[in-house]
Amino acid sequence: MIELQGFGEQIALGAFTTLRTAVTSLALGIGVGLCGALAKGSRFQIIRWLADCYTTLVRGVPELLIILILYFGGTVALTTMFGRYVEVDAFAAGVFALTIVFGAYATEVFRAAIQAVPSGQIEAAQALGLSRFCMWRLVILPQMWRYALPGLGNLWLTLLKDTALISVVGLEDLMRKTSIAAGSTHDPLTFYSIAASLYLLFTSVSLIGLTWLQRRADRGVRFAQ
Amino acid sequence: MNLHLIVEVLPLLFEGMLLTAQLTAASVAIGLLLAVPLALLRTSPSSVLSYTIVLYTFVFRGTPLLVQLFLLYYGAGQLEWVRSSAAWSILREPYWCALIAFSLNNGAYTTEILRGGIRAVPSGEIEAAKALGMSYALRIRRIVLPAGFRLALPAYANEVVLMLKASSLASTITLMELTGTARKIVAQTFSPYEVFISAALIYLGFTFLIVHVFGRLERHMAKHQQRAKLKNHSRPRDRAAAKVSASQKVAP
Repeated sequence: MIELQGFGEQIALGAFTTLRTAVTSLALGIGVGLCGALAKGSRFQIIRWLADCYTTLVRGVPELLIILILYFGGTVALTTMFGRYVEVDAFAAGVFALTIVFGAYATEVFRAAIQAVPSGQIEAAQALGLSRFCMWRLVILPQMWRYALPGLGNLWLTLLKDTALISVVGLEDLMRKTSIAAGSTHDPLTFYSIAASLYLLFTSVSLIGLTWLQRRADRGVRFAQ
Repeated sequence: MNLHLIVEVLPLLFEGMLLTAQLTAASVAIGLLLAVPLALLRTSPSSVLSYTIVLYTFVFRGTPLLVQLFLLYYGAGQLEWVRSSAAWSILREPYWCALIAFSLNNGAYTTEILRGGIRAVPSGEIEAAKALGMSYALRIRRIVLPAGFRLALPAYANEVVLMLKASSLASTITLMELTGTARKIVAQTFSPYEVFISAALIYLGFTFLIVHVFGRLERHMAKHQQRAKLKNHSRPRDRAAAKVSASQKVAP
């Protein structure tokens, strides 16, 4: 049996923090991604340009560096703003950084998915006299999900693994708890293997869930037999 | 923003960039060398080998690179047989640990990307090669690999960019590459904006370079297709235009 030396509870807590960080960032990131995709299809050139800048910048810079910029830069900004030392909460900084990263990639996924909705559907909605809001809510968004799901699934798996990077700025997630356990027991091999297995478990369960979601999203579509 | 500081730290950051470039290039090269045979075996009918490769790619794509890196750097030294073997002189060094972890990780992703490309090679092309009497090796060399690589190229370009960004993790095991250098300077000067944003811009430049090079490579490899398209479209129109101009000349 694997000897956890009393760190089992801590690791379970860390795993919970990892999942909480990932799910919060996913929810916020989907919002950012939708806004980004709408901005990329905007009538105003300046908004399109801003959205392009956002996705290009974020996708070209390492996630670790973005986390460092937001964490240390945020500390400095808040300290000068309040005139005294303010420590940024690692969870907030981490969720913020992951949301920004996830949002940039999700923008591209949603943009492609929105374009994949057949234009006949949109023309039909216009012919029926639907308002712009109704058209988005009833026609485009429900159909867009099906096209966006594979891309979003991949992004979720990346996000889940990227949470490990926030341990670098001190979030008490699975990776950080594992590091502490590995350091104090002098048994890094066991503890990092446990962490790896847990991440593998999360990604496997996610893959099963994604397959189920995809099947559910495709239920109205007829495929050639 | 302290411009003076940026000018001062830029040479240091460029030094770090050299290590980043070297780590990325070496990992991508070794990863590709690993991935080509693995992707071929993965698409071959042998099921035992195929399952082993599936396990490899599943484990390396399903766990964070940071865990893989720490497992190798901190974990490997714990095993007595590793310590007493010749490999210890390599696994002791953070540079080699990073290179091995990155290469294995990159190899796993590249295997899956190449597999996708190889599977997308039209079966007619492979059947045509068989009909011409090409041996398996010749078929792989002349048809499957070139066509598969061309189809996989856009995804592979993304993977190379991801590898560049992933190389920043080497800073967590004390390597002084671009991110590591930036972190050290920030710890000394405590001006995160100037230093981290300069580093970010260098990464961004690097990303653009990779995207540009792969864009050119893609156009280069798709040359025959572009020419075919041009011919099909331009010939009838040229003939029609020639006819029109000829008839116009004659008419008056």
